[in-house]
Amino acid sequence: MSTLIKQDILVELSANAGTGFEQVREAGKTAFQAQGFPTNKSEEYKFTAITKKIEQNIQNLAPAGAFDVTAEQVKANVFEGYAGDVLVFANGHFLPSLSSTIEGVEVAALSDKADTALGSIAKPEKDPFCALNQSSFEGGIFISVPKKAQVQKPILLLNFFKADTGQVIQPRVWIEAGDFAEVTFINHSVNLSDASYFVNKVVEVKGGVNTQIRYYKLQNDGKNAIEVSNLETDILKDGRFSSVTISLSGEMVRNNLSLNILGSNSEGNMYGLYLLNGKTHVDNHTNVDHTVAHAESNELYKGILADSSRGVFNGKIFVRQDAQKTNAFQQNNNILLSEDAVVNTKPQLEIWADDVKCSHGCTTGQLDEEALFYLQARGIAKDQAKGLLLYAFAGEVLDHITDESFREYCTELVQTRLGSKF
Amino acid sequence: MLSIKNLHASIEGTPILRGINLEINAGEVHAIMGPNGSGKSTLASVLAGREEYEVTDGEVTFKGKDLLDLSPEDRAREGVFLAFQYPVEIPGVSSTNFLRTAVNQVREYRGEDPLDAVKFLTLMKEKMKLVEMDQKLLSRALNEGFSGGEKKRNEIFQMAMLAPTLSILDETDSGLDIDALRIVSNGVNQLKSKDNATIVVTHYQRLLDYIIPDFVHVLYKGQIVKSGTKELALELEEKGYDWIKDEVDSKATV
Ligand SMILES: Nc1ncnc2c1ncn2[C@@H]1O[C@H](COP(=O)(O)OP(=O)(O)OP(=O)(O)O)[C@@H](O)[C@H]1O
Ligand SMILES: [Mg+2]
Repeated sequence: MSTLIKQDILVELSANAGTGFEQVREAGKTAFQAQGFPTNKSEEYKFTAITKKIEQNIQNLAPAGAFDVTAEQVKANVFEGYAGDVLVFANGHFLPSLSSTIEGVEVAALSDKADTALGSIAKPEKDPFCALNQSSFEGGIFISVPKKAQVQKPILLLNFFKADTGQVIQPRVWIEAGDFAEVTFINHSVNLSDASYFVNKVVEVKGGVNTQIRYYKLQNDGKNAIEVSNLETDILKDGRFSSVTISLSGEMVRNNLSLNILGSNSEGNMYGLYLLNGKTHVDNHTNVDHTVAHAESNELYKGILADSSRGVFNGKIFVRQDAQKTNAFQQNNNILLSEDAVVNTKPQLEIWADDVKCSHGCTTGQLDEEALFYLQARGIAKDQAKGLLLYAFAGEVLDHITDESFREYCTELVQTRLGSKF
Repeated sequence: MLSIKNLHASIEGTPILRGINLEINAGEVHAIMGPNGSGKSTLASVLAGREEYEVTDGEVTFKGKDLLDLSPEDRAREGVFLAFQYPVEIPGVSSTNFLRTAVNQVREYRGEDPLDAVKFLTLMKEKMKLVEMDQKLLSRALNEGFSGGEKKRNEIFQMAMLAPTLSILDETDSGLDIDALRIVSNGVNQLKSKDNATIVVTHYQRLLDYIIPDFVHVLYKGQIVKSGTKELALELEEKGYDWIKDEVDSKATV
């Protein structure tokens, strides 16, 4: 094993850990040591050589630490027309002075909430990066939406990252929602440096009975950033959880998204869009675990890959024996714009119940030449016609964003990228 | 307006057009008929600029310009319009946005100001009437889930919106019921003027009762083997193509 991945890395990374969560961190440490960094033999990281990437780019893992963010920087990075609340973070540390006070929602730095059951949803044994984060996360946030609260305005989690090459940022988020609560989060990261640093983030979302939670994530990382994100949620009876993950840049990005369906009549939705160019590598690993009967999951991930970018999609659907009458749908569609772009897509269905409706499909193809000619034959320039078709393909994912200002912001970003604005 | 000289084109190495000659002047309507696979759609596609077809010989000038030198979009902007035999369904692209983009890009090329939303809508309403186009269809994605007849009608509607100088209608009558045929033909006739020209590709004489051609050409094995007036269409309807095929094939073997 490499020089980087040595035993005392955990000690180094824990330098900014502070007090509290000793047991939690200890459990993370144990789980990490048991798993180690994934190697090229790890099935779960087969197509994403993240360890190698970290080793290549990062000589000496050290925590990045907090820094000052200005009100101007916040203002400049909240998208136009956004009318919701904003919580601001610097390398994972909560900055209350720059953040909104959200009516009826409890928000606190994790250090003030030392009894939070971190690791109870995103279990450290399941993923080495999740374990690593649990052992040595920095700062962190606790958000609690009380029972029956209908939080009308979305909550923007605005993360500023600033680090030198080789530094590690490990944010941690705990979200809990009481029964019948409804809330929407938008996670957006802003990179203040172009260094090759490593972000290792864990988000845990604890739903209640009949909660409705939406979690949108816009990944617009610095082009040299390496990121691993674990998001896991428990969905209870009558609950609904929907995520939209949009990945636009970065050096290597790995998203682990796990939905645990623990109550009947519930619904879990996972939507994703990745627009990749250059050498960007984005890997979406999703996992939905149907443990009870009468629940539904929907999944649609779409990718457009240019240059020598690489996309990985792995969608696991697990339907346990008791989960009769499950409806689970999964779809992954890709358009390759270059001969050097590669996508590895793998549906993974494990179905132990017999009365279920599950379907999955994946396609990888080129741009539809017939359609392109049709548009050109009407006088539309080739580049723009291409953009129009690509946007038509991508737009289906963006349609799942309910917050209008965020949807428009993403639409604008995506259209600009695809050259389809008209 | 359009001058085709000795046009040869092939696809994937197979020659399909083998020396087409055709002169079309402003104000004229030309019908092109011919058996299946004779190259009618290929000719239409080559004129519209489809890249799969390789032009191996000959030349085409349109309003004095070398048409073959232009990109498909520039041909459209110059005034060439192809009503597709099989219009493509394009999910996710709204009919209205598509048309507005097309109309404004064409206008820009011609040095005209883009139409604002209100003017565009007015134009659209006017042209919709012309082909009795249902508003509901236009709120859907382009051609998505349209019936065969609706697609054809949409082609003529687009033609009306783009006001071309040369319209090539590739079997626009196929799949139309008699009412739709009347409506579509009516639309085409209203768009006709002394300054523009129309090529209608068809298998059926009945269309030519509505859109009356000045010339009828028979395409066979990639060549125009016979030209005449509208009476030729009647003769073909009556006697089929065999007599022409025989004429041509016997000449070839002699
Ligand atoms: N992509 C292709 N590859 C090979 N051959 C092709 C291709 N496209 C067309 N052809 C051939 O070219 C010939 C002419 O086809 P075309 O579509 O122009 O005929 P058409 O006269 O329009 O026939 P129809 O009346 O059936 O519409 C046919 O033999 C057809 O099979
Ligand atoms: Mg044809």
